[in-house]
Amino acid sequence: MEKYNIVIIGGGPAGLAAASAAYDEGERSILILERDKELGGILNQCIHNGFGLHTFKEELTGPEYAKRFSDQVAEKKIEYRLNTMVMDISPDRMVTAMNRTDGLFTVQAGAVILAMGCRERSRGALNIPGYRPAGIYSAGTAQRLVNIEGYMPGREVVILGSGDIGLIMARRMTLEGAKVKVVAELMPYSGGLKRNIVQCLDDYGIPLKLSHTVVDIQGKDRVTGVTIAEVDSSNKPVPGTEEFYSCDTLLLSVGLLPENELSKTAGVALSRITNGPTVNEQLETSVDGIFACGNVLHVHDLVDYVSEEAAMAGRNAARFVREGRISDRSRELPIHVEGGPRYTVPCTIDPARIPEQLTVRFRVGSVMKNRYVSVYLDGERVLRRRRQIMAPGEMEELVFKKSMFEAHPDLQNITIRVEEA
Amino acid sequence: MEVRNLICINCPMGCPLEVTLDGGEVVSVTGNTCPRGAEYGRKEVTNPTRIVTSSVLVAHALNGEKTVSCKTRTDIPKGRIFDVVKALKGITVEAPVHIGDVILPDAAGTGVPVVATKEIL
Amino acid sequence: MYDVVIVGAGVTGCAVARYLSRYEVKALVLERGDDVCVGTSKANSAIVHAGYDAENGSLMAKYNVEGSRMMEPLSKELDFAYDRCGSLVVCLSEKDLPRLWALYENGVKNGVEDLRVIGRAELLDMEPNISPDAVAALWAPTGAIVCPFGLTIALAENAAVNGTEFRLNTEVTGIRRENGYYVAETNQGPVEARAVVNAAGVYADEIHNMVSEKKIRITPRKGEYLLLDHATEGYVKHTVFQLPGVLGKGVLVSPTVHGNTLVGPTALDIEDKEAVNTTADGLQDVIAKSGLALRDIPLRQVITSFAGLRAHEASHEFILGEVSDAPGFFDCAGIESPGLSSAPAIGLHMSDLVAEKLGLAMKQDFKAERKGILDAKKLSAEERNELIRKEPAYGQIICRCESVSEGEIIDAIRRPLGARNLDAVKRRVRAGMGRCQAGFCSPRVIEILARELGIPESEITKNGGDSKYIVGTAKDRI
Repeated sequence: MEKYNIVIIGGGPAGLAAASAAYDEGERSILILERDKELGGILNQCIHNGFGLHTFKEELTGPEYAKRFSDQVAEKKIEYRLNTMVMDISPDRMVTAMNRTDGLFTVQAGAVILAMGCRERSRGALNIPGYRPAGIYSAGTAQRLVNIEGYMPGREVVILGSGDIGLIMARRMTLEGAKVKVVAELMPYSGGLKRNIVQCLDDYGIPLKLSHTVVDIQGKDRVTGVTIAEVDSSNKPVPGTEEFYSCDTLLLSVGLLPENELSKTAGVALSRITNGPTVNEQLETSVDGIFACGNVLHVHDLVDYVSEEAAMAGRNAARFVREGRISDRSRELPIHVEGGPRYTVPCTIDPARIPEQLTVRFRVGSVMKNRYVSVYLDGERVLRRRRQIMAPGEMEELVFKKSMFEAHPDLQNITIRVEEA
Repeated sequence: MEVRNLICINCPMGCPLEVTLDGGEVVSVTGNTCPRGAEYGRKEVTNPTRIVTSSVLVAHALNGEKTVSCKTRTDIPKGRIFDVVKALKGITVEAPVHIGDVILPDAAGTGVPVVATKEIL
Repeated sequence: MYDVVIVGAGVTGCAVARYLSRYEVKALVLERGDDVCVGTSKANSAIVHAGYDAENGSLMAKYNVEGSRMMEPLSKELDFAYDRCGSLVVCLSEKDLPRLWALYENGVKNGVEDLRVIGRAELLDMEPNISPDAVAALWAPTGAIVCPFGLTIALAENAAVNGTEFRLNTEVTGIRRENGYYVAETNQGPVEARAVVNAAGVYADEIHNMVSEKKIRITPRKGEYLLLDHATEGYVKHTVFQLPGVLGKGVLVSPTVHGNTLVGPTALDIEDKEAVNTTADGLQDVIAKSGLALRDIPLRQVITSFAGLRAHEASHEFILGEVSDAPGFFDCAGIESPGLSSAPAIGLHMSDLVAEKLGLAMKQDFKAERKGILDAKKLSAEERNELIRKEPAYGQIICRCESVSEGEIIDAIRRPLGARNLDAVKRRVRAGMGRCQAGFCSPRVIEILARELGIPESEITKNGGDSKYIVGTAKDRI
């Protein structure tokens, strides 16, 4: 059986950054398994600009950003296999995968890094009534068709959901010659970044209807139109507000779900909120030596933060291989949240193992204006940051410093609290 | 004095900007967290610009890719976006293509070249 | 001139075609869709009913019990997915117990084997998620589940291999009797035959009424369903029905042969024979009723919803046999539940009737067995590697959710009556049937379909007709 010290599942932005960082930490026995025919993952179809400001201080497109990392992997001669589907990961880190040339094969990994990314929520999960004709695509599928295959999936488009991919696709479809009639969003706020509302919708005069949803899909062979209605505060359509839009295409941008089917085969515990693994400050899952990063851990808005998080997972995996168990599970303290945050990543911290700086990321459950985000250690406030506005569509972060913890040797409770400013 | 409220699109922070104009001249930009924001605010009310991204067909790619992604090397006037995309219609480039290779030297008379953003061998 | 024309390639038409192909016969199946199994047969409960439900003495009872007995050996002969998981009819109130016993007695009269009324303790043991209100249940160990696509496609392929012709995208617009034979007008030109079998599902009344003065009327009865991810496998182990009672008529909750959980259907009589749309009220109804017999149904894991139309005839009885004022014209009409369960029996008896009428002889070289599409997941690692060495396409996963390889998709396209569109591939190998609902794999499947069929990708449809997936090339209209 083949053996590698680190096996990385997925060669997208998270997997590439993890591999590169593990190499920099001194690890040389690394294998990336990628199911697509090239490295870079979903970035390859994200041909718009806006990536990398944080990491490279310049504005790159998705493929350019991916290339920076795949170049690093090439320079470091890190091994990878393309067109390779991982079929199973066992709790003792045996990774079974398959491709055309190697057939079904198993690799024993010293550590595993989960970097499988996420998938789009489908129509079925929303129970949108109506017919099931051609012309209903997830925004990401349409993105692939237009940007990679050079096809038009439709001419007249309605978009449900204002996630970033939906907004980006509103602009892409418009530029390629389609008419985007409206973007409907169930929630009273957008699920995407503000800049994308401005440069993808406002620039092209595409209306955004908040608190609206699709209540019917017409068309037996191909979509001929959809009906949109306003929803009340419990997200139920309000009778009498229905409005019919004739169109041949419905794009769905209604949320992303971490792809954790493989994590489940390894017995990794998942959070019901993020649908990703619960991880400690090492980004290690509930299974020893299995780490997670990127969108498989929790869905990010910004690839720069994926890279940063993945690099940390890569370094920690390399240390795990070198030093063995690096955190005593019994000393891991949960991070409690109050007043707004729905979850945190990591969700537990072993104070003895905290690095000089630890970025803790979270999302709030609703739009909140003018708040303080504070960190309390055993009831003592050790950090307070002001936020003008926080929204579920935008990930928040706090930097925990080792020094904060040094004053609390017998720490029992870590709480992040959002308070009125 | 005229006040225009904008959302900065330079980075995902999306800072809310307040640009004050006096007779078409920008007097002040506030709300930005970085100098790029001030620059964006000034430009957006006087000469708004955007980077345009798209893709064009590619021929003879070793791995069978059908398209190569591209962008205007720098931002172009917002009013010219559609002209730039139109100028890309019908273009097929020969593989191999490298990031930064010029696909169209002067996009629709803007003086800005369109360059490849992906390597296709 | 054909001996027999069969109108409709649903499960009934395909079953008649398959059993008829045991005879020396020139037979043709006309189907208006782009594939077989695209009407009622594709959107139903996928249940092989044990046969206790249909009224004793009815054709429904006779064919159901016989069909149910035939199904398991047939599944081996034709290699389609079938699982005798057994079914439970749950009684939710002591007041309804007499009705449960009546159902039991009806079943015994119908000849259903091994029926038993069980108490709460045993029921709870069999289905831990049963409702606290459940007091007893009728246990039918001969109840089963089947893949309705698998069954219909297997019958069709086997009929084709035994010489039956199939014409897809061919809609019958009129039938007339001429000089002792029938002429069926279609959108692809006329077809002549000595006998006609009407297996046209919700349109069986229109086909029947073209030749007979004794008019029938089929009402489409809509049933809406929710399908849950196969991550829910094991939530129920048997098909769980609810005894209609003081709490109303429930919906069934059943495992599928592929490990999903199916919840539904509603029942609403409508006018439009094409209205396979789901509705907000219908889906809400399914959700509300699903919780009557069971608790904590994992409805968060719904991956799709769909609606099917049952071909309901007012007498709620199968109409089977030669039409009295149209010699040589045979009806298979009013085939609603238990139609799927009855299909093999209907196929067998109808083909015999037709053969007798036309004086057909049995074929000497009838091939009774058919090998289905290889499911690589069921192979051992060694077998799979051997396969990939020979056919590398089996090493390339195309549908991630259902783990379907390119090799399986190619097989689905190349075999007799092969898939020509995305849904046809989905029905044969499940690519696109999973939790992402074809988001990832559809562009890849289109590529494979186009390559295998030798047509441009832009010609590939979701399910035939105008259901094109791609409408042009980028920038083509600017």
